[in-house]
Amino acid sequence: MDELIGEFLAETFESLDVIDVELVKFESDPTNRATLDNIFRLLHTIKGTCGFLELTRLEAIAHAGETLLGKFRDGDLVADSNAVTVVLKSLDQIKAILEGLEQTGSEPQGDDTALIAELEALAEGKAVEVEAAAPAPEPEPEPEPEHEPAPTAEAGDSAFDADLGRELRPGEVSLADLEAAFMNTPGPEDEAEADVDTAEADADVEAEDDAEEIAAEAPAAAPAAAEAPAAAANADAPAATGGARTQSTIRVNVDVLENLMTTVSELVLARNQMHQIVRGAEDSALKTPLQRLSSVTAELQDGVMKTRMQPVGDAWKKLPRIVRDASQDLGKKINLIQEGEDTELDRQVLELIKDPLTHMIRNSCDHGLETPDVRVANGKPELGTIRLSAYHEGGAIIIKIADDGRGLDPEKIRAKILEKGLATPDELAGMSEQQIQRFVFAAGFSTAAQVTNLSGRGVGMDVVRTNIEQIGGQIDLHSEVNKGATFTIKIPLTLAIVSALIVKVGEERFAAPQLSVRELVRVGPGSSIEVETLNGARMIRLRDRLLPVIALNEVLNQTLGGTEEMSGYVIVLEAAGRKVGLVVDDVLDTEEIVVKPLSGPLRNVSVFSGATILGDGSVIMILDPNGLASETAMEAEEVKESAAAAAESDEALSARQRLLLVRAGGEEPKAVPVSLITRLEDFDAKTIEKVDERYVVQYRGRLLPLAHAGGYDTFQDSGRQPVLVFAEDGRSAGVAVDEILDVVEETLDLEMGSERPGVIGSAVIKGKATEVLDIAWHMERAWSGAPQRAEKSERNAVLLVEADAFSRRMLAPLLAAAGYDVTVAGGLHEARDAAQMGAEYDVVVGDPGALNRLGEEGFFLNIPRLGVGENAYSHSSEGFVAVMDRADRGGLIAALDKAARTRAAA
Amino acid sequence: MSVQSSFEYVTVHIGGQLFGVEVDEIREVFSPQDITKVPRAPGEIAGLLNLRGRIVTAVDARSRLNLPARGADEPVMALGLEQGSELFGVLVDEVGEVMRLKADTLEASPAHLDPHWRALLKGVHRLEKNLLAVLDIRALINWDNKLAA
Repeated sequence: MDELIGEFLAETFESLDVIDVELVKFESDPTNRATLDNIFRLLHTIKGTCGFLELTRLEAIAHAGETLLGKFRDGDLVADSNAVTVVLKSLDQIKAILEGLEQTGSEPQGDDTALIAELEALAEGKAVEVEAAAPAPEPEPEPEPEHEPAPTAEAGDSAFDADLGRELRPGEVSLADLEAAFMNTPGPEDEAEADVDTAEADADVEAEDDAEEIAAEAPAAAPAAAEAPAAAANADAPAATGGARTQSTIRVNVDVLENLMTTVSELVLARNQMHQIVRGAEDSALKTPLQRLSSVTAELQDGVMKTRMQPVGDAWKKLPRIVRDASQDLGKKINLIQEGEDTELDRQVLELIKDPLTHMIRNSCDHGLETPDVRVANGKPELGTIRLSAYHEGGAIIIKIADDGRGLDPEKIRAKILEKGLATPDELAGMSEQQIQRFVFAAGFSTAAQVTNLSGRGVGMDVVRTNIEQIGGQIDLHSEVNKGATFTIKIPLTLAIVSALIVKVGEERFAAPQLSVRELVRVGPGSSIEVETLNGARMIRLRDRLLPVIALNEVLNQTLGGTEEMSGYVIVLEAAGRKVGLVVDDVLDTEEIVVKPLSGPLRNVSVFSGATILGDGSVIMILDPNGLASETAMEAEEVKESAAAAAESDEALSARQRLLLVRAGGEEPKAVPVSLITRLEDFDAKTIEKVDERYVVQYRGRLLPLAHAGGYDTFQDSGRQPVLVFAEDGRSAGVAVDEILDVVEETLDLEMGSERPGVIGSAVIKGKATEVLDIAWHMERAWSGAPQRAEKSERNAVLLVEADAFSRRMLAPLLAAAGYDVTVAGGLHEARDAAQMGAEYDVVVGDPGALNRLGEEGFFLNIPRLGVGENAYSHSSEGFVAVMDRADRGGLIAALDKAARTRAAA
Repeated sequence: MSVQSSFEYVTVHIGGQLFGVEVDEIREVFSPQDITKVPRAPGEIAGLLNLRGRIVTAVDARSRLNLPARGADEPVMALGLEQGSELFGVLVDEVGEVMRLKADTLEASPAHLDPHWRALLKGVHRLEKNLLAVLDIRALINWDNKLAA
């Protein structure tokens, strides 16, 4: 594309954005002279440049628009919203043409005569019907006398080409003036003088422009000419600031800044490396120079960061226009208040929040605010308010979008949640208002009953959330019915350099972005807080609340939660609206790190957001709190449920026990120690099935055998069936009860044994004799003969290589019972044959020695290998998923399941 | 294939086999140090390393070619190449000499070769004593993540 046109496009798009804002301002205050002057000047410049570049379509529209604005400016016409709409329409047309120009390098074909006719008709003082909007009775103070339309305007145009030289000149002239002024006598007064010069030069042009305009409209010449000097005088102040602005800014290609930023990042790293070296050496001569290097680097970094900063207002420029259009379309009265538009943030971040912001403002206009009559009926002022504010808070920027509309309707949201199947009614009942409100961020959620052209396409807030989270931000909302809704977005200042916590797990280090870190908690021996485990799910008690925690090494190595005691630190991260604790071995340091993106093959690893190079030159991975949170979302949610049920009162005293009181077969309560219960579940009674004289329920892809605590299998026929789930030796069983009554804290002191099966004995609980259930007995009853594993939908193929016939006979049925498709190879020959025949297996199981041999011969190299031996610990586990002891059946199956899973994932 | 009359290769040894990589593809040859393992990454990715302030993704050629894993004390070298703005290092056992070979000694990969290998080779050169498999190094650092992840 022509370089000149490129420049023109960049400049014009900027001007148009300004005009948009100014016009809306102007509409609300048609008497504001400065605003109108500003609009007029910008449009005039566009027109002039178009003429110069021979962009005839643009020129014609700009000219007609300018003529109309000229009438406003001269006071011949009073601007009303109709007129402004037409002007805005013409701006949109200009933008459309410019976009065409940007793509093809030439003006797209098209016909603008209708638009121009509208503009001209308005300029002639005729009321024009705009988009079916009721034409307001137009005050026509003076019927335009002898207006001269097109021909004279054309004449004016040709004059403008000559004018163009002048149009371009002010910058140059004033620069020369400035330079001269500086050369002659440097001093503050001179600078002021230079400014005045500039101002005068600008004002001159201004006056001449005016004169030009007047020439084009001969009849109006006399009064306008008289006004011209005044206009010039008026223009003084704004022109002076305008002049100063052109002098103090330059246009720089974004790539240059990006490069500079990268280079500075490298410099920062190099400095950090130096620091590390010098720190090690006592009395180094480098210390002082390094100190200076350090401070200079920091300043440079700051400076470069500043060049990337833009006021957040830049992202808001389009919003007044959007709100205005929306208010017209929807017949609502909306006032948009903007606060803190000077708040600066990284341009990359700014770019990324533009769309979400626009979307949210539209949402507020469309769904948030009510129509004037509804507002009045609710005792609110007719004029609805949307308040958009931005401010800094601890290394992040907070942007708030608040409206005083109807707020989110909790009933509608509930209904929608159920309709979309995002939660069950029971889950909903247990949720707080806040939790329910957050469902608007769930994918495919839209509460608008009616799809409007503004919003309500059902892809709204979840896209907004995703966009915000992509840049490491967070979004939350607060809503009160009939008071309004407030959306709060928290975003990092910049994406390039972040402050991070360096943590250690095993021998490896990882960086956790400080922005997501809420707090650090020391756990394990020596700390009052311990990691507790509930059916493999870990949690800690934090200020009387249970916080789900995950062990970083388990997440990273994808191992399952064990029950061993954990010590170290819990980093409390907040991401995707939920808090999650991350157990690490140690917390080393905080460091400013430069985020480097991951290469293609690694981008799918959801738990990392990037990598960075530390001061010592080593590469470490940056943890992605969102990825981690979603990774454990299921786990965390589940834990929350059962924990909430179990932890009603959380003042555990060592000697006392928490007991769950239930009713089961009879009115008197029965007790179960909470510590034995893995989970509390609540099944739909209809889902309980009878298989082979046993009661079972499908639970997490398996069949959970059930027994009733009443001793007889009298399950509820309809409604909900509460079930206590117990796990032992990797097996689970459910014990159904009639009702869960309470959780009490008592010293469990069995005062009387019992001969009755299913009851251990009786104790005094809450002053009453209460039977304590014998869980082991009930579990056994549920288990006896009950199926342990559900049929797998896809049976994984396993090759069992085992020379020993006895072991073969023992292992093969075990594996088959665990849901695997077992092929038995009695020796290496058979295994080789199977491989050469092209048989495929998901896992190879067998004697470690035999498997090693096969591996050396090049067989089954890509298949997980699970060693099973007499004495597992004597074998090296290299090249194996695990080497298990033959006697450890549970462990063997678990390892096999894991191997099959890694295979399935690979 | 182009009408070039000869090709220039860097020869490398991977798991006992001789391979050639077109010289133009390689940015540099370096000795990889301090590779940071990436948990949960595809198995072919040996990890990340710092090469003069830039992060390099190390791809293990042995693993890509389904050859037995490299022992801890076996030598390793890396071929550095750039793809877009990303730097990759392909881990090989040894880097040999630069060899110019006539185009007419290049043949297509034998049909009975393992399809996985065929996808990673551009062809085979007949040398006097042995064969030189021409490695498609771009294919080596690009693979379907869905299968690998």
